[in-house]
Amino acid sequence: MSTTNYISKVVPDATAALEGLEDNMTVMFGGFGLCGIPENSIAAIREKGTTGITCISNNAGVDDFGLGLLLHTRQIKKMIASYVGENDEFERQMLSGELEVELIPQGTLAERCRAAGAGVPAFYTPAGYGTEVAEGKEVRVFNGKPHILEHAFDAPFAFVKAWKGDKAGNLIFKGTARNFNPMMAMAGKITVAEVEELVEVGELDPNSIHIPGIFVQRIFQGVDYEKRIEQRTVRAKSE
Amino acid sequence: MGLSKDQIAQRIAQELRDGWYVNLGIGIPTLVANHIPQGINVEFQSENGILGMGPFPFEGEEDADLINAGKQTITAMPGASFFSSELSFAMIRGQHVQLTVLGAMEVSDSGDIANWKIPGRMVKGMGGAMDLVASAENIIVAMQHTNRAGESKLLPECSLPLTGVQCVKKIVTDLAVLEVDPERGFVLLERAPGVTVDEIQSKTAGRLVVEDEVPEMQL
Repeated sequence: MSTTNYISKVVPDATAALEGLEDNMTVMFGGFGLCGIPENSIAAIREKGTTGITCISNNAGVDDFGLGLLLHTRQIKKMIASYVGENDEFERQMLSGELEVELIPQGTLAERCRAAGAGVPAFYTPAGYGTEVAEGKEVRVFNGKPHILEHAFDAPFAFVKAWKGDKAGNLIFKGTARNFNPMMAMAGKITVAEVEELVEVGELDPNSIHIPGIFVQRIFQGVDYEKRIEQRTVRAKSE
Repeated sequence: MGLSKDQIAQRIAQELRDGWYVNLGIGIPTLVANHIPQGINVEFQSENGILGMGPFPFEGEEDADLINAGKQTITAMPGASFFSSELSFAMIRGQHVQLTVLGAMEVSDSGDIANWKIPGRMVKGMGGAMDLVASAENIIVAMQHTNRAGESKLLPECSLPLTGVQCVKKIVTDLAVLEVDPERGFVLLERAPGVTVDEIQSKTAGRLVVEDEVPEMQL
């Protein structure tokens, strides 16, 4: 048996990456809007037909893309997010009571992911104090300012998307496609990373790694990325 | 005649100070970036993970991996940086961002703000607004003085679910610039050109404080 000096995280494809994903699990999905979402994993989960999913994701996709695909097939039981506009099917399911929804402040969402990955069970934040978000939560005053207690998430699976990754699971993100992906990679007990470019170990500069492979359990080369743009805004050349 | 949306943004831009990091919300606040005064250097933060946000890209140069918190395609200025959501909100909660400009459905005369939910009608979520208003030292609200039904959006108490309590410092509307003094109410600082104190008074449901002569805005 040869020694490679690294721990390989490579799985053949998105389908193989779903091993152990069962109905009624809590699952994290990286991305902000449609930017940096794990397109291949979402498609594979739709194909697999996993149901009763509690999704932790900043947004819920649009009607026909992103997590919207899993809403259409009724695979999502509950959505934990900070902003869920731009999705008619989501609104219909929420108003009819088919879909449970928990809306939480975006910074709190991010920190609850980070805390989960960092071994911090709970933390205090000023966000949401005095609003319905604070209902039933412990309040403590620090430096004269009230804060509320928020708890780390608990997620058996996290699906993230990176620009480049190596076989050891080291990840590099591009532009604002980074967003929630790093802290969700930290939080997932099984983190699946799909990448636009999977390279050999040693090809990525260690100084440039955004998320070390220790946080990634499975990695695969993604295919056929659509990378849809939600709001295409441009300016005229003459400006 | 009150200010146009662009003029509201123009007036808010006069509040920018050299060296500030600024977070602009969706809508009128986004327009503030078009009116940065001469000699003032600021960097715009968008909470999805960029500092040094630039203007919209030229047609054909859009990048799906480069958007703002409103999911619009953007560009990055020289000196820009990208980061994760947790680091972005560390900047915000840690008060490294000097100014937050955001829209509102209602503001109370003690500085409470409501801008994320209309029960039974609109539930899109708070996004980053609750984190921003809970932590920013300096919050300016950009909004119309009245809603589409002509009712005042400057109230004694907010009727909609709150985004934050006693946090708004200044409000720029189509009619006026007001400062919030939680003890006394909305202090009228400036009038829009041609708008009278009486009109502002009649369209402000919360406590309005008028001291001496109220000057017209200089745009």
